[in-house]
Amino acid sequence: MVLRSGTLGLLGRSSGVIALALAVFGALLLLSGKNPLRAYVDIAAGTLASPYGLSETVVKMIPLILTAVAVAVPGRIWLINVGGEGQLFIGALCATWGALSLGGLPAGLLLPAMAALGFLGGGLWAGAAGWLRARGWVSETISTLLLNYVAILLVNFVVFGPWKDPEGVNYPQTAEFPPAAILPALGTTRVHLGLAFALAALVVFGFVVARTRWGLELRAIGGNAEAARRAGLPVGRYVVLLMFLGGGLAGLAGMAEVSAIQGRLRPSLSPGYGYTGFLVSWMAGGHPAGILAASFLLAVITAGGDILQMSQGVPGSVVNILMAVILFVVLGWKVTAR
Amino acid sequence: MPALLRSLLSGAVLSGTPLLYATLAELVSERAGIVNLGLEGVMLMGAVTGFVATARTGSAALGTAAAAGAGAVFNMVFAFLVIRRRANQLASGLALMFCGVGLSALVGAPHVGSQIAGLPELPIPLLADLPVLGPALFARDALTYAAVPAAVLLWWVLGSTRWGLGLRAVGENPVAAFAAGRSPHAVQYQALVLAGLLGGLAGASLSIGIAKTWAEWMTAGRGFIAVALVIFAKWHPLRAVAGAFLFGGAVSFQLLLQARGVPVSPFLLDMLPYLLSLLVLAVGGGARRHAAPASLGRVFQGTP
Repeated sequence: MVLRSGTLGLLGRSSGVIALALAVFGALLLLSGKNPLRAYVDIAAGTLASPYGLSETVVKMIPLILTAVAVAVPGRIWLINVGGEGQLFIGALCATWGALSLGGLPAGLLLPAMAALGFLGGGLWAGAAGWLRARGWVSETISTLLLNYVAILLVNFVVFGPWKDPEGVNYPQTAEFPPAAILPALGTTRVHLGLAFALAALVVFGFVVARTRWGLELRAIGGNAEAARRAGLPVGRYVVLLMFLGGGLAGLAGMAEVSAIQGRLRPSLSPGYGYTGFLVSWMAGGHPAGILAASFLLAVITAGGDILQMSQGVPGSVVNILMAVILFVVLGWKVTAR
Repeated sequence: MPALLRSLLSGAVLSGTPLLYATLAELVSERAGIVNLGLEGVMLMGAVTGFVATARTGSAALGTAAAAGAGAVFNMVFAFLVIRRRANQLASGLALMFCGVGLSALVGAPHVGSQIAGLPELPIPLLADLPVLGPALFARDALTYAAVPAAVLLWWVLGSTRWGLGLRAVGENPVAAFAAGRSPHAVQYQALVLAGLLGGLAGASLSIGIAKTWAEWMTAGRGFIAVALVIFAKWHPLRAVAGAFLFGGAVSFQLLLQARGVPVSPFLLDMLPYLLSLLVLAVGGGARRHAAPASLGRVFQGTP
C-alpha cells in the first residue's frame, strides 16, 4: 500500500507490466518459430542503443504526445475524444492547403500559417463534434469515431482527385511542398520542430490544469457538471471549447507530420497515431508526465515493428500484439490498484 | 440494364454479408450494454483462423466453425477485462483491435496470397435461374444464405425470448435486472460469446466466403463500419439488415460508376454512410430520445 503511492512503486509496477507483456509476446514469437531474445535485442538496438534509433523513437513520440494531449484536454471534463486520427488528417489537409496555395511566402510566415491552419482545421473538426454533444444531440464518442472515416476519405479524395500531383504519374499524393513549407529538423536527424509543439502542449496543459483558475473551473465541471451549471459555469461552451483545443492539437500533429516527415500529403500519413494517442492518454490517466512516459514506450514499440519486419521476417504489424498485451495488463491491473 | 442491375445487386449482397454479421455482433454486445471497438480484431481472428483451418483440413464447413469459435474465444479477452476487471470499454476495445491485427498477421503470415476453394456456391434449383435475382440472391454460399435469417432470429431472440429480454434489461438497467434475479455479468458474458461467434462468422465470410485468400488486415475497417451501422440501425436487428445491404449497395454502386468511367469520386460516396449515421442520430433528437441502450458503456458495479 505504501509502495503503491510512491514513485518507486509506480516504477516497479510499470516494469512488472512491461516484463509480463514481453514474456507473453516472447512466448508467442517462440510458438511461431522465432527467437524472442533476438527480436528484443534487435528492437532495443534499433530504437534505444544508437543515436539514430533514439532519434527515430523521438520522431514517433511527437504525434503520439500531441494526439494524447488532444484526448486528455477534453478528458478533463470526461469528454471522450476518439477522433484524434481524423483530426490529425484534417490538420494535415488544411496545412497542405496552406503549403500549396501560399507557397510564395518565406518560411517565417508560411510555417506559422500552416500550423495555424492545421490547428484550426483539427479544432473545428472536433469542435463540431463538441457542438453536437453540447446540444445534447450526439455523443462525442460516436461522432468523433464516425468523423475519423470522413476525414481519411476526404484526404483520399483530394490526393486522388483535385490536388493530385500532375507529375506523380499514378501515385496518390500532392505535389512536393516548397522548401519554405518544411519544418526545420535537428541536425541530420528527422527530429523536427514539432517536438517543441508537443512539449509546449504538455507543459501548458499541465500548468493550466494544476495552476490556473480556469483549470479549477474545469475540475468543477469534471466533478459534477450539473452543479457547475447551476453555479453559473457555461458548461456547453466549455464542451465545444475543449473539443476545439484538443482537436487543434491533433491537427497540429497532422501539420507536423505532413510538413516535416512526408513533405507532401499522402493517404499513408499516419499508421494510426490518433488511436495509439488515445491509448497513451488513457494509460497515463491524462497526466502530462505519464503521457511523456507512455508515448515513449509506445513509440519504441511502433518503431520496433519495422525492425522486426527487417530482422526477423515477421509482418511489422506483429508488434501490435506487444502493445495490446501491455494495455491488457494495464487495463486488468487498474481495478486492484484503485 | 438487367446486366447492370444484376451486378449492382450482386455486389450489394457480396459486400453486405460480412457487414451484416459484424453489425449483428456489435448489436448484441451493445444491447447488453457493452461497446466493443475491438470487433475489427475479432473479425480478423475469425478470418485468419477460418482460412488456416480450411486450408489445413480442406473443409470449409470446419473452417467456418473454427472461425466462429476463434471469434468467441478472442472476444473473451475483452469480456474478462470489461466485465470481470471493469476496465474502460473503449480502451479495452481498441487494445483488442490492435491485438487482433497483430495476432492475425502473425498466424496468417505463412499463408499470405495462397488460395483455397473456400465455401462452395449452392445454387438453389429453379430460383437460381431467375433472370436478375437468381445469380445475385440464389447462387450463393451457405454463410450468405444464413445472414438474413440470422438477423431475423436475433430479432426474435431479443424481442420474444426470456434470454433476450434479460439481455436487453441488463443493457438498459443492470441494477434493476439484478434485482429481478438476473446476473448482469453472466448475461454480458453470454452476449459477448454470441457477439464473438457472429464476429468470427463475419471474418469467415470475408476470407473463406468472398476472397478465398488471406491478406493482412483484410477487414479494412469493416469492424468500425459495423459500429456505425448499429447506430444507423438504431440498435434494431432488422434495420441492421437494411443498413448493411444499403451500405453494400453503395459500395457496389460506386464500383460500377468507376468501371463505367463516371467522374464521381468513390471517396465522396464512401463518406455517405458515416454522414448519414450522424444525421440519423442528430435528427433522431436528444440523447434521451434515441434508441441507445440506457446503460451502454457503463459498468455494473454490483448493488450498493
